Amino acid sequence: MKFKSRHLLFIVAVWSALQAQEVIWKSLSEDGLHDPENPAIELLQQPAEALSQLPPDTVGNRVLWNRALREQYIQPRTNIYPETKIEVIDMDIIMEKTGELPLVLFPHRPHTEWLDCTNCHDKIFVRKVDANPVNMFAILSGQYCGQCHGAVAFPLTECNRCHSVPRSTFTGKPGVQSRAN
Amino acid sequence: MIQGIMPSTMKARNSIKGSGRRLLLISLAGLCATGFSAGVSAEYADVVLNRLSDKNDVRPVIFPHWFHRIRFRCKVCHNELGFEMRAGANEITMGKIIDGQYCGLCHNDEIAWGVDNCSLCHSGKHGLKTGIRGSNQTGGPGRW
Ligand code: HEC
Ligand code: HEC
Ligand code: HEC
Ligand code: HEC
Ligand code: HEC
Ligand code: HEC
Repeated sequence: MKFKSRHLLFIVAVWSALQAQEVIWKSLSEDGLHDPENPAIELLQQPAEALSQLPPDTVGNRVLWNRALREQYIQPRTNIYPETKIEVIDMDIIMEKTGELPLVLFPHRPHTEWLDCTNCHDKIFVRKVDANPVNMFAILSGQYCGQCHGAVAFPLTECNRCHSVPRSTFTGKPGVQSRAN
Repeated sequence: MIQGIMPSTMKARNSIKGSGRRLLLISLAGLCATGFSAGVSAEYADVVLNRLSDKNDVRPVIFPHWFHRIRFRCKVCHNELGFEMRAGANEITMGKIIDGQYCGLCHNDEIAWGVDNCSLCHSGKHGLKTGIRGSNQTGGPGRW
């Protein structure tokens, strides 16, 4: 059984690596969306021009957006109105219903750098550990984590970025992780 | 809300025993989902807005997430400015934009160039469907 799941993960990994190789940033006139006959296309920025300056990734926009933010390659605005409250929290949550796969570590910090609490709570996730019937089918069909991952944030082919805590080395308790650990 | 759009595979899965089988299904679903993206070359997370454009003889609107997220965090649009996180869910019209709503909250000659630059926003090919592009996995149950 163990062998089987590793085997499958391997196939998925190879598949996404192959995909990664063939795609680069298409020019706007060849991306299948922009109308090449629109004279104003010349005025739009080409993705390659901006994205090639940022820390590279193999999937999505080919940019490690969190690193770009953390290392200040980019400094996106947090708000437009001065009175808007900005809240960033540092709370890791370990989710254990992952079958044989490594446990899922959900980090609040990078998420709340980009997002507001209300983007997830309670629209996508009830604000309580283990209170959400999250599973991989629902995620793959665009719910829970899949509302953003696979749409705007890194895609769902990257299993191990979420399933990042090996069962063999994890000795603590799932749920909210205290910093002391 | 959530139950209504569960894929039919959800019902089928209860009859499948053993997590190995389940993992197989999930991996296959993942593979199918990525398979669909092979022919797609649009930049990841571009949004096509075409609820009204084609009907009114203007090119559909292409909204680039990559360009905007370099400048603004998600929370600016999806919390402060109130854009729903679902392609096609916001009832954006040109009148509202000129009134300073939606795109017009920024494209007002102050935060960004104004509404007179029609073809910077209306830049898509005719006939495109509203939705998120460059991607695949959130296409919903119909995809796989
Ligand atoms: C939070 C503010 C904000 C909102 C909301 C916003 N934009 Fe923008 N947008 C900008 C800024 C800033 C620029 C860059 C302006 C400049 O270069 O002077 C820009 C540039 C663009 C560009 C040009 C990109 C390029 O390649 O140069 C397009 C197209 C665009 N926006 C479309 C839209 C559409 C469509 C909407 C609504 C669905 C929208 N924007 C909503 C701030 C915003
Ligand atoms: C965006 C994060 C994310 C990615 C990427 C991801 N998963 Fe998951 N996965 C989760 C979460 C969250 C759960 C539920 C954990 C819980 O509720 O305790 C889960 C659960 C699972 C489960 C067990 C539950 C079930 O539905 O059977 C399996 C198996 C699984 N994932 C496989 C995969 C595979 C294979 C991939 C790569 C193709 C993958 N996952 C990619 C977040 C992710
Ligand atoms: C990207 C989505 C996302 C964002 C944004 C987010 N959270 Fe969460 N939050 C989660 C998830 C996922 C869980 C775990 C739910 C589970 O285990 O079922 C969680 C759990 C929690 C819990 C429960 C912990 C416990 O002890 O049970 C609290 C409290 C919480 N979040 C607070 C916040 C606050 C405050 C913010 C804003 C600063 C925030 N969250 C932003 C996804 C998010
Ligand atoms: C509301 C949108 C949203 C939801 C829901 C969401 N994420 Fe994310 N996540 C993001 C964004 C944005 C990033 C930044 C990186 C990127 O864009 O690729 C990110 C990054 C991550 C990272 C990388 C963190 C790092 O330090 O590099 C992990 C791991 C992750 N998400 C796991 C999850 C898991 C697990 C869930 C579900 C329990 C989830 N996310 C739900 C938007 C979301
Ligand atoms: C900042 C981006 C932006 C600019 C600039 C812009 N539009 Fe639009 N426009 C939109 C969006 C978004 C919609 C809604 C698209 C949809 O769902 O089909 C729209 C819709 C329309 C519609 C459909 C009918 C209606 O009333 O909503 C027409 C016609 C239109 N625009 C014409 C124009 C013209 C003419 C200009 C230049 C004077 C212009 N637009 C400039 C973003 C823009
Ligand atoms: C400048 C404004 C702006 C910013 C910044 C922005 N978005 Fe969006 N987002 C939009 C618009 C506009 C749509 C399309 C809404 C519509 O079609 O009605 C959208 C749609 C979405 C969707 C729906 C996709 C689907 O599958 O239907 C998701 C998920 C999303 N955004 C996540 C994010 C995340 C995560 C970030 C930050 C990394 C982000 N957005 C930053 C404006 C923005």
